[in-house]
Amino acid sequence: MILQPMETVEKELLSLGLTEVKREDNRLTVTLPADKLYGVARYLRYDRPEKFDYLIDIVGMDYGDALGAAYHISPSQTPSLVVTLVTRTGNREQPELFSVCDLWDSASVYEREVYDFFGVRFINHPDMRRIFLRTDWNGFPLRKDYNADPAINPVPPENELISDMERAPSITIKMGERIEEVHQVFDDDEYVINFGPQHPAMHGVLHLRVALNGEIIKKIDPVFGYIHRGIEKICESYTYPQILHLTDRLDYLSGTMNRHAVCLCCEKALELEVPERAHYIRTIFDELTRIASHLLGWGCMCMDMGSITAFVYGMRDREKIMDVFEETAGGRLMANYSVIGGVARDIHPNFQKRVKEFIPYMRKMLKEHHLLFSNNPIARGRMKDIGYLSREKAISLGATGPSGRASGWSNDIRKIAPYAAYAKANFDEVLRTEGLTYDRYIIRLDEIEQSLRIIEQLVDNIPEGAYAAKTKAIIRLPEGEFFQRVENARGQFGVHITSKGDKTPYRVKFRSPSLVLVGALKAIATEAKVADLIMIGASLDYVIPCIDR
Amino acid sequence: MEVKNIRIPNMKYEDFNDNEYLEEYVAELRKNGVNIFVGKISDFINWGRSNSVWPLTFATSCCGIECIMCVGAARADFARFGWEVTRNSPRQADVIFVCGTIVHKMAPVLKRLYEQMAEPRYVMAIGSCAISGGPFKSSYHVVQGVDEIIPVDVFIPGCPPRPDAVLYGMMQLARKIKVQNFFKLPQQPQIANSSNHDTTADGNS
Ligand code: SF4
Repeated sequence: MILQPMETVEKELLSLGLTEVKREDNRLTVTLPADKLYGVARYLRYDRPEKFDYLIDIVGMDYGDALGAAYHISPSQTPSLVVTLVTRTGNREQPELFSVCDLWDSASVYEREVYDFFGVRFINHPDMRRIFLRTDWNGFPLRKDYNADPAINPVPPENELISDMERAPSITIKMGERIEEVHQVFDDDEYVINFGPQHPAMHGVLHLRVALNGEIIKKIDPVFGYIHRGIEKICESYTYPQILHLTDRLDYLSGTMNRHAVCLCCEKALELEVPERAHYIRTIFDELTRIASHLLGWGCMCMDMGSITAFVYGMRDREKIMDVFEETAGGRLMANYSVIGGVARDIHPNFQKRVKEFIPYMRKMLKEHHLLFSNNPIARGRMKDIGYLSREKAISLGATGPSGRASGWSNDIRKIAPYAAYAKANFDEVLRTEGLTYDRYIIRLDEIEQSLRIIEQLVDNIPEGAYAAKTKAIIRLPEGEFFQRVENARGQFGVHITSKGDKTPYRVKFRSPSLVLVGALKAIATEAKVADLIMIGASLDYVIPCIDR
Repeated sequence: MEVKNIRIPNMKYEDFNDNEYLEEYVAELRKNGVNIFVGKISDFINWGRSNSVWPLTFATSCCGIECIMCVGAARADFARFGWEVTRNSPRQADVIFVCGTIVHKMAPVLKRLYEQMAEPRYVMAIGSCAISGGPFKSSYHVVQGVDEIIPVDVFIPGCPPRPDAVLYGMMQLARKIKVQNFFKLPQQPQIANSSNHDTTADGNS
């Protein structure tokens, strides 16, 4: 008998002496003591034929009596398989866990985030600074006993000192000996320049500290948190329908898809049957949003190369989509359309007509975009041969979405675990192999074409029937942990909800595809020319509020 | 009572909201009378100023897409009002559009940007986040309205406001610019919402 991948992993884990292995909706949850975590993670990462080389997310947790973390990992060969390692530490005063940042590159930002929110320090992590909040922030906001009195943390009158920002503490344990040190991120004799937080080409308020040698970038230190809105904490006091409104505002260019993720997660937990009609409408909305987002990303990228015309063209085409949204949903950028159980209202009578008009229009415009820009020798000169990201690095960094697919990593959730009506449409996952800036540029335009294909197949076949399932007035999720991923315009957007059976969640964590893309920027742009930094950043197309949440 | 000299093309005076505010403002400005000659020159300069307001490209989040990008792009096109010369340096800008949530870590940055702008300078708070914290009001890290940090001339509600709303707000600011006395600019009257207008801030700090 051939074992399914999940059963194989389950057997292996049991043979490692782990007892608490649970199977939940396509996910294997393993609860293990803190001192075993690193060993098991290392085994899964390196010592088996199908390596778990993709760390999806680390979710910090406050269990009340203990602090801990849940690691969602997945092998790139069998991307539908997800294993969750859960560990905890009872020490609330000095909580410590072992770092896995030498196994996965993406762990280094995730662990810093857990430290920032919960105060859990990771041993052997070289840089245990806070990631979003200032160094002088008091307390760890996502702990349950956090005191949110504004008098404790008032609005600061002055900027943080750069010298404070760059003191990176670390704990290492070498041969049984524990060493606590603090080192500076940049040496005194390094030439460091600032990009941002207010920089016209930074696409938001990201702050990059860049050390240069001539015009070659030696080191990049991204500083986050200039738009950290504390969404995950707010969610803990909001009901589920209220949370939906915040998700639109995370990555506002993929608002509809983020909202879809939370809806799917809640529906899965409630075992709610969503009408087919809603699935179709949601899928069309998602794809329209993807097109709008790629158009905007494309326009901004071209603008960063000095072509204002492309930006105006991109925005012009995007307005057509906004009109469709506005007619049906009432909102433009924030459609606020999906709700738990379906969509908020039925589609406008003009909806299908407008969408069908849009498809040939967009096809024609795509040709023009290629003609004007993709084949322009100056543009090609600026994009070809720079910004190489290898497939292995993309996986280790967790750079999903178009950026990962440009390096040849197939990671499209729409294909891996089809949700809504994706299984009913025939489309290709666009893959490229070179992993250069040009590939990341062109893949977005190619994805627009695929999105048009999906819409084309679905728009005429929207089934009749109800547009939403009946839900109770007060929605309570059953006790448990729920995890759902969707493919948004930047990559895999994940929602992790821990429920205790109340009408508000106990913990909500969003996996931001953009956060790790900044890690990718760091990896790609080191040793590149400083003039290419903006291009590389634009080709990754991150959205800052989604990073900071 | 219609205030003279603030005609906005294609929009009638009565169609604007908040005319009382403007009237009160003008009454306060002209309390001690205005030299007719100086008044005329001032009007002329203000006509030029209000039709070539240079905004700073500044946006922190979602509102930036709708309110800077869409308004700047083909359909809404704020070039019609002479606002299209966006500046990347605060030292060259006349108005700062505060688009998006301002959080604790960003607050000192925003304040510094404002202080770097040369007088006369204006602030537009766009979106409910900039006005009051908006959907994130209960957050531990969000400033409850930018008027806590810098004085605001025009508030534009919405989450995000439509591009048309932003255009309307821009016209309102243009009207405000038109009635001011150019030669006494830093000392503008303080009424209602502009009570915390900081006239001492050093423009070059
Ligand atoms: S007001 Fe709404 S759209 Fe604007 S920044 Fe705030 S959340 Fe985003």
